[in-house]
Amino acid sequence: MAHLTRAIPNIFLKVPLNTTVTGVLKRTLSCSPTLSIQAPVSRPENHTKCTLIPGDGVGPELVHCVLEVFKAAQVPVEFETFFLSEVNQAMSAPLEEVEESINRNGICLKGVLATPDYSHTGELETLNMKLRRNLDLYANVVHVKSLPGVKLRHQNIDCVIIREMTEGEYSALEHESVKGVVECLKIVTKRKSQRIAKFAFDYATKNNRKKVTAVHKANIMKLGDGLFLNSCKEIAKLYPKIEFEQIIVDNCTMQIVSNPQQFDVMVTPNLYGNILDNLSSGLVGGAGVVAGASYSSECVVFEPGARHTYAEAVGKNVANPTAMLLASAKMLSHINLQYYGDLIRNAVNRVLKAGKVRTKDLGGQATTQEYIFAIISNLR
Amino acid sequence: MANHLLRKINLSLPLCRRYSTEVRKATLIPGDGIGPEISAAVQKIFEAAHVPIEWESVDVTPVRGPDGKFGIPQSAIDSMNKNKVGLKGPLMTPVGKGHRSLNLALRKEFNLYANVRPCRSLEGYPTLYTDVDVVTVRENTEGEYSGIEHEIVDGVVQSIKLITEDASKRVAEFAFEFAKKEGREKVTAVHKANIMRMSDGLFLRCCREAAEKYPEVKFEEKYLDTVCLNMVQDPSRFDVLVMPNLYGDILSDMCAGLVGGLGLTPSGNIGINGALFESVHGTAPDIAGKDAANPTALLLSAVMMLRYLELGSYGDKIEKACFEVIKEGKFRTGDLGGKAKCSEFTNAICEKVA
Repeated sequence: MAHLTRAIPNIFLKVPLNTTVTGVLKRTLSCSPTLSIQAPVSRPENHTKCTLIPGDGVGPELVHCVLEVFKAAQVPVEFETFFLSEVNQAMSAPLEEVEESINRNGICLKGVLATPDYSHTGELETLNMKLRRNLDLYANVVHVKSLPGVKLRHQNIDCVIIREMTEGEYSALEHESVKGVVECLKIVTKRKSQRIAKFAFDYATKNNRKKVTAVHKANIMKLGDGLFLNSCKEIAKLYPKIEFEQIIVDNCTMQIVSNPQQFDVMVTPNLYGNILDNLSSGLVGGAGVVAGASYSSECVVFEPGARHTYAEAVGKNVANPTAMLLASAKMLSHINLQYYGDLIRNAVNRVLKAGKVRTKDLGGQATTQEYIFAIISNLR
Repeated sequence: MANHLLRKINLSLPLCRRYSTEVRKATLIPGDGIGPEISAAVQKIFEAAHVPIEWESVDVTPVRGPDGKFGIPQSAIDSMNKNKVGLKGPLMTPVGKGHRSLNLALRKEFNLYANVRPCRSLEGYPTLYTDVDVVTVRENTEGEYSGIEHEIVDGVVQSIKLITEDASKRVAEFAFEFAKKEGREKVTAVHKANIMRMSDGLFLRCCREAAEKYPEVKFEEKYLDTVCLNMVQDPSRFDVLVMPNLYGDILSDMCAGLVGGLGLTPSGNIGINGALFESVHGTAPDIAGKDAANPTALLLSAVMMLRYLELGSYGDKIEKACFEVIKEGKFRTGDLGGKAKCSEFTNAICEKVA
């Protein structure tokens, strides 16, 4: 504690150390990346409750890894686990219960849900879509950053993709007008476009980002993407300190594979966000290493950034749990358990940097289990 | 049955097939900006290689039609209708209203339903990706670019993505036919049928049906996001990709990005009434007239045209010469980090093919 106070301006020392000030202290410490991790001033008395959805494919294995690490790090979080699945409906918990739990807890850690090409009931809306719509998880944030020590084609990538997730192409409004002619509606509304644009600019402001790029195809879809683009432009005027750019989606993908360093924060409609998430995840090491989060105004769902169930690897002990671990670390920072979040994040970084224990997708030989052991032994 | 088979074979071949010694006519649309220079370069190389093609140069500067709208001049349309094949340089779409995109007009006029774009890593011009050899086949008439949009109430826009069985079948069969003809191993259908279960589902079904007719070509189906993810990690996993309009637009540009941009990638538009081959890069007005442009994209498009016309032997020769000149690196244009002029690059290729 003694050396903690050194960093604090005098003004704080005059104030008696009541709870609010410790709050401020903790935050100032945690915001500064240069400080080494400090053990929490006091251990929280209660465990925070959190909803957990293991998901399909390797999801349950990865969640198990997270639980192991949480146990080893003695993270004061208690999980309410729900198995939710569309491909395995018989075992799935009712969606309402899961939603109720997420609403109550405000946070959720979620694996990837598989979405089959068809549904037996002829339903067009996938379980994922329903969950997003009912909880109004409108903003998906994926921070794509090159990992320490992982040598790939591209280095020093650091961009954030913010994706609108409640409308656009994922409307599930389709019909067959006559046989062999299908119409699929893409819905764009001004309210939601403005909402995601505002979210993006707020995010940029809060995280000291310089630039927001709107990704669109307004040259072809003049009304739909035009509305999105214009909404972004309007909101951009309210944030004069942040640079605003626009780019057409096909050009954007071309740029991102050849020069990804030029991008900072990107704001996109639904489908383009999905594409860019996956593209940029591929650039930094694949679906197994990028974490993401979906926000509504009430709750947050933390999940892998590029969503692939990796069903072919089930039970083989080869999946990379990095994405899930980083998502859980993000979650811990979100619920003010910064210490534990940093602990896990640093352990992951240390293991990756050392490069001795790596899963196959990053060119290593280690199994999931070995990788997790390495991380647990680096929790310090 | 025999009759049926014959008809099928005829359909898949170019509309008027001649002996290779006979001189064929092809329409040439030089285009704007650097267009005329690179078109001249292609013409020169073709001459040097003694390709039996006679060019019919047409101007497509929009003229005001009888209905008061600006459009392609009738002479250009007639020429294309007569020759059935064309080569087109980059066109400038005037910014502002009243002009319909000429590219779009040409596409509509000639019913160009499939856009084919081969992307290959060039030896001697290393980019971050060295093992790219994919061909994207894109449905080009409907999908997200149907142009049907309306504002239902203030602030709520509905855009319609239109997928029809006819168009999907047509492009799927073309992709397989192309794969077979070019000796490709695999066709991947790129879709998002987990999200758009009916529309992309229909497209996917058409691809599956076409796959059954071509048992010698491997078939796989992948989600768009998976393709994006895998493509940037290991592009050698893919061969021929077939997909609806928007995905094709995005993926073809992305693949071009892997191999160094649009200046090197050819493109062909296959239609019912003919085929139009083009370079998809911009008009580059900043270097126009300076003899600095790189004609590779247009030249490779012309090579695609030769293959379409069953003049593949000439095509192979020209393609080989072009790759060799780039690989040798003595005459590279500015965009490839060299200092050569367009004419020097052209002459180097001419020497090799002559």
